Amino acid sequence: MKKGYKLIYKRPQTLTKTRINYCPGCFHSTMHKLLMEVVEEMGIQEKTVGVCPVGCSVFAYNYMNVDMQEAAHGRAAAVATGIKRMLPDRYVFSYQGDGDLAAIGTAETLHACNRGENFTFVFINNGIYGMTGGQMAPTTLEGQKTTTSPYGRDPEKIGLPLKMAEIVSQFERVAYVERVSCNTPANTRKAKKALRNAFEYQGKKLGTTFIEVASNCPSGWKMTPEQSLKWLEERVFPYYPLKVFKKPDKKEV
Amino acid sequence: MGEIRLMKGNEALGEAAIRAGLQGYFGYPITPQSEVMEYLAQQEPHHNYVFLQAESEVAAVNMMYGAGGAGARVLTTTSSPGFSLMQEGISYIACAEIPCLFCNVVRGGPGLGTIQPSQSDYFQSTKGGGHGDYHTIVLAPNSVQEMVDFVYLGFNLADKYRTPVTILSDGAIGQMMEKVELPDPVEYKPDKPWATTGKTKDRERNILTSLYIQSEDMEKKNQKLQKKYEKIKQNEIRFDEYKTEDAEIIIVSFGLSSRVSRKSVDIGRAQGMKIGLFRPQTVWPFPYEKLREYADKDRVKFFISIEMNAGQMVEDVKLAVCGKKPVHFYGRMGGIVPDSYEVIEQIKKIKE
Repeated sequence: MKKGYKLIYKRPQTLTKTRINYCPGCFHSTMHKLLMEVVEEMGIQEKTVGVCPVGCSVFAYNYMNVDMQEAAHGRAAAVATGIKRMLPDRYVFSYQGDGDLAAIGTAETLHACNRGENFTFVFINNGIYGMTGGQMAPTTLEGQKTTTSPYGRDPEKIGLPLKMAEIVSQFERVAYVERVSCNTPANTRKAKKALRNAFEYQGKKLGTTFIEVASNCPSGWKMTPEQSLKWLEERVFPYYPLKVFKKPDKKEV
Repeated sequence: MGEIRLMKGNEALGEAAIRAGLQGYFGYPITPQSEVMEYLAQQEPHHNYVFLQAESEVAAVNMMYGAGGAGARVLTTTSSPGFSLMQEGISYIACAEIPCLFCNVVRGGPGLGTIQPSQSDYFQSTKGGGHGDYHTIVLAPNSVQEMVDFVYLGFNLADKYRTPVTILSDGAIGQMMEKVELPDPVEYKPDKPWATTGKTKDRERNILTSLYIQSEDMEKKNQKLQKKYEKIKQNEIRFDEYKTEDAEIIIVSFGLSSRVSRKSVDIGRAQGMKIGLFRPQTVWPFPYEKLREYADKDRVKFFISIEMNAGQMVEDVKLAVCGKKPVHFYGRMGGIVPDSYEVIEQIKKIKE
């Protein structure tokens, strides 16, 4: 560091130096960074174990410099349960997409929440199956076109998009649920704060913590990154509002 | 001498797991294995392990993955339909090389089938029930005592080779009561530097995965697994014999049907037939070479595989005998246990 200069930004050492392979404009990269910044700032790298899903973030373990397990599609909540039950003093998180958490893994998600498993869900909801090339997700919006809903999602045929944050906040033993985004600097800061809250509540053993990220998928949505931000504002946030659905009592915290 | 008790197979398996240092049990109720779960649920407050009833066998096997990956000594038990649900997870566990112990208390299939004992999951267990080129070590107990012994053995083999191990039991072995000698409890001190326990400063991060997206890497991974399986084949084949020294007719049988067949040996010998019993205790790896030695002996006339299925292990017997002697099969299906006299009748028919 040169004299007179102040370091105001650096790559957290909890991220590896591997080049990140996500598409340009995708929120995964930002969320990886925020999550790993929280781990670094809390000084818990040695005590953190993550679980990756099947989906675009299947290779999260290449980027996150913490111990990680790669789960079968949909089973991250069960794998995280196994880890946390054996190592209750570690910080455990699952990092999952919408297909993983809200379609094939719905049972594992809901039961882990109902048991109040003391780990943190980081749920990236981008309304599409990105990795397999843009098929309809359980969270695809009404009328939204994907490769398997080429005429738009028809609720008569397939129902409405699942609101996971709303659903899991009903469980008594779920301590903290917030839906965030990182479409603007202000929202990005809120997202990081939410992750930090979740990890701190986990450290206090308050129950399940669940951070849903209203995310984008420029490639899958066939949009430029800029158009995808507009779509978020106009279409996604009205259906998936950014808010705190549940938080622990002040006394507990 | 360990403690002697009269115990049901399923409960003995649970007690053995506790004594062998069990740290995590994850399971889902299904007949005829539920007593294992019930026993471990009941004993949990008195010991230092975690018991968790999962929402499904699919969840249970993935909890095994997580907990085993965190370095713990873990067990799940199930019965046939549940074991089918676990196959995907076992494939992942085999590839990620996580030590886990499974027990399948087999019932008759296919489908929902019956709750009566069967051996119709032999193919599924020994040939790799899930996707991909993998094996689990498969131990086939034929007594309550072996339910106990194979828990100790199974846990140790799982750790030694970083592999899933299956105890292939059945509804009768699980449900019947016998005298059993329980070994002394062991203090389990795992040495698993690969486990995901948190990345300390002195090591690189530990990753447990079954994903190798580049074909060259996936082939290398497969070669590593195959090398391990070769080592297991060299070191871990186990079998038991009864009156085979002078036998002209060799019954090959595992698990419960070997108990039936043992009595058939005595009945046959009382009638002047020189029958012997060869019982694989590991059905994977299968004792091909030892059986081939018998096929090479002039005095041996034929082999007969006695099973509680439509003829599954008989394929391995044929591979071992390699066309050198006739190989016959007799079995009952759907939860029916063959009778020792039925076996003798079959042998007489073959002789005619």
